[in-house]
Amino acid sequence: MTSVKLYPPKPQKVYFFGTCLIDVFYPQAGLDGIRLLEREGIEVIFPQEQTCCGQPAYTSGYHDEARKVAEAQLELFPEPWPIIVPSGSCGGMMRTHYAQLFAGTPREAQALSVAERVFELTEFLIHVCHVVLTDKGQPERVAMHTSCSARREMGLAETGPKLLAQLGQVELVEQVRAAECCGFGGTFAVRHPEVSAAMVEDKTQALEASGAERFVTSDCGCLMNIAGRFEHQHLAGERDSLAGEHIASYLWRRTS
Amino acid sequence: MSAQSDSLHTFTPQAFHRQAHDALGNPQIRANFRRAMDGLMAKRRDVFSDWDLETLRELGANIRLRALAKLPTLLEQLEANCEANGIRVHWAEDGEQACRIIRELCEARGAKSVIKGKSMVSEEMHLNAHLEAAGITALESDLGEYLVQLNEQTPSHIIMPAIHLNTDEISAIMQAKTGTKKTRDVDYMTAAARAQLRERFMAADVGISGVNFAVAETGTLCLVENEGNGRMTTAVPPMHIAVTGIEKVVERLRDVPPLYALLTRSATGQHVTTYFNMISSPRKPGERDGPEEVHLVLVDNGRSSIYQDDELLDTLRCIRCGACMNHCPVYTRVGGHTYGTTYPGPIGSILMPHMLGLEATKDLPSASSLCGACGEVCPVKIPIPDLLVRLRKEAAGEGRGNVKGAGAKRSRKEVAAWKSWQWLATHPSAWRGSTKLAGKFSVLTPSRLGPWTDHRTSPKPAKTSLHVLVQQHQAQTAPSAKLPAKGGPAKEES
Repeated sequence: MTSVKLYPPKPQKVYFFGTCLIDVFYPQAGLDGIRLLEREGIEVIFPQEQTCCGQPAYTSGYHDEARKVAEAQLELFPEPWPIIVPSGSCGGMMRTHYAQLFAGTPREAQALSVAERVFELTEFLIHVCHVVLTDKGQPERVAMHTSCSARREMGLAETGPKLLAQLGQVELVEQVRAAECCGFGGTFAVRHPEVSAAMVEDKTQALEASGAERFVTSDCGCLMNIAGRFEHQHLAGERDSLAGEHIASYLWRRTS
Repeated sequence: MSAQSDSLHTFTPQAFHRQAHDALGNPQIRANFRRAMDGLMAKRRDVFSDWDLETLRELGANIRLRALAKLPTLLEQLEANCEANGIRVHWAEDGEQACRIIRELCEARGAKSVIKGKSMVSEEMHLNAHLEAAGITALESDLGEYLVQLNEQTPSHIIMPAIHLNTDEISAIMQAKTGTKKTRDVDYMTAAARAQLRERFMAADVGISGVNFAVAETGTLCLVENEGNGRMTTAVPPMHIAVTGIEKVVERLRDVPPLYALLTRSATGQHVTTYFNMISSPRKPGERDGPEEVHLVLVDNGRSSIYQDDELLDTLRCIRCGACMNHCPVYTRVGGHTYGTTYPGPIGSILMPHMLGLEATKDLPSASSLCGACGEVCPVKIPIPDLLVRLRKEAAGEGRGNVKGAGAKRSRKEVAAWKSWQWLATHPSAWRGSTKLAGKFSVLTPSRLGPWTDHRTSPKPAKTSLHVLVQQHQAQTAPSAKLPAKGGPAKEES
């Protein structure tokens, strides 16, 4: 059955789950996400004990290990506040797969409580905060890459583009095969590096052909993969690099 | 000739990586698949544009779920009604037994020449090779299958077996094997193939076909096709043997139209196919055509073991449309032969481990980025990504052990890696310490990180982790910070 997500009114407080990729590689994106929420008058709680949602082990089939890591995260959100995740991939893991991971265990209720309070950042800004953005930046053509997990697992193909559409000076350009995977897929990029490379090459070509001056994405896995491919080829002298940025940083930079 | 045009049995599931490497390095294969799959995706999108696709998928899924829920009963009902109609029913536990049954039926009629309609289950059990070994010639009559057979290959797609070949390659194959002239004229080649096949239809002792839907209520075998070869196969020779997996049964005649609508639209973007055959008996007295004998071989070949598992059971919903392949970014890049299995692509990756065991197929469940495109287009809503994860779990030895070869991919090295990761991710202070170190020594991150950096630059850890950035940010914005509570704002490092 197609499910319709019902959104709560804007809360006073939210939890923020930063994700491990953001923590290590793109912390600014996490901080910018927090600032966007705070600007909406929301107090943001960042539990310092957070580490990783457990997805890498989950998708690799190591569910005992994934469950132990996920269990530690379940403890961090005791109050009934929404949990904001600046990633469709980790958001999808927590919303969909925690329920599967803890089905029939004593932690099932806790997992379900977390699952139903999880919102991806752009989803939360659009559907709960009803955010109105004022663009202060220069005119620019931008392509959006929506991750597969945001698009299909969380059903959020529209929230990122909707936010970008609020920026008056930004022209959102369409990339061909926008719905096609960039080839990251977590450990897929490591287990099947050549196939993954063929996928990311097509993605960089599509972004380049779109005429965009930069690309934004709401998932740091895709960002690392696509930007890494652009840089690699740029260093090899094969093409100009197209800058990539997490949507939280892009929105914050242009509106603050 | 292309890498995928090598002779039969060259491609194995064990060699997925090498085969993927070869396919990716072959511009012809890349171009053929990309063009074909782009076309099929566009056709499917257009043909469903004025349909309430979600409602139809829901209906399709429910019909299949209902049939599977009653599978043993429906199979008995199917057998009874087929027999009442004059169709003899045979049961085969595995491919070998099914081959033997078919060979014995052929031998009982003294048959030397068999004409075949398209049947993936016959590919699954290597029927042609079995019959050849017994001195019986089996000729494929589906145009794609015919070309693949001429080229001594296996199909690279379940709906379009020769999709890996382009016009020039097909012309070269026909020229070499049948003496037609070298041409790019598709009409000429089609007419030549038709002329070659027509004689064989008339001369064949036995016709062998697959089955798309077997209707329990009426004992009817439904066959979906475009070329008319299916009708010739099942109507011209004096004996018709239909062969099918046991999961293809549906309960009622009225279950067929929605499934047929979903099948043709999902597969080739067609509203209907040129032919839709409903076979319900051998030739009756006074009828002018049709075979004297009709047999139905019901093949298990691992399906009942899938049936025992309430999650993996969903695999059996499949109506063999191939939409998951057409939309799979991995399949599109590497093509069907890379998988080295009868069923390639996402459905193959969840089906073949049951048939061949996880030792042989251990790379297949991981050959997906879990992008979800397969699950999104599946007309009967098989949760393919979830099942891929389930099989990865089986391969890692953490599943229920229901799949042959469970644990085949578990290695000491990988277990150690996940255990270390688990330890770090459940000890927050150690986690924070390590991210701090990673940031501090970011410049020392090796610029080459295995295969990742063959095609991308190495990601560098940021100087300051988010945990630390947030602490600094909170110190700036809320100097009179409230007392930290459990799960509350910034805690001191423990």
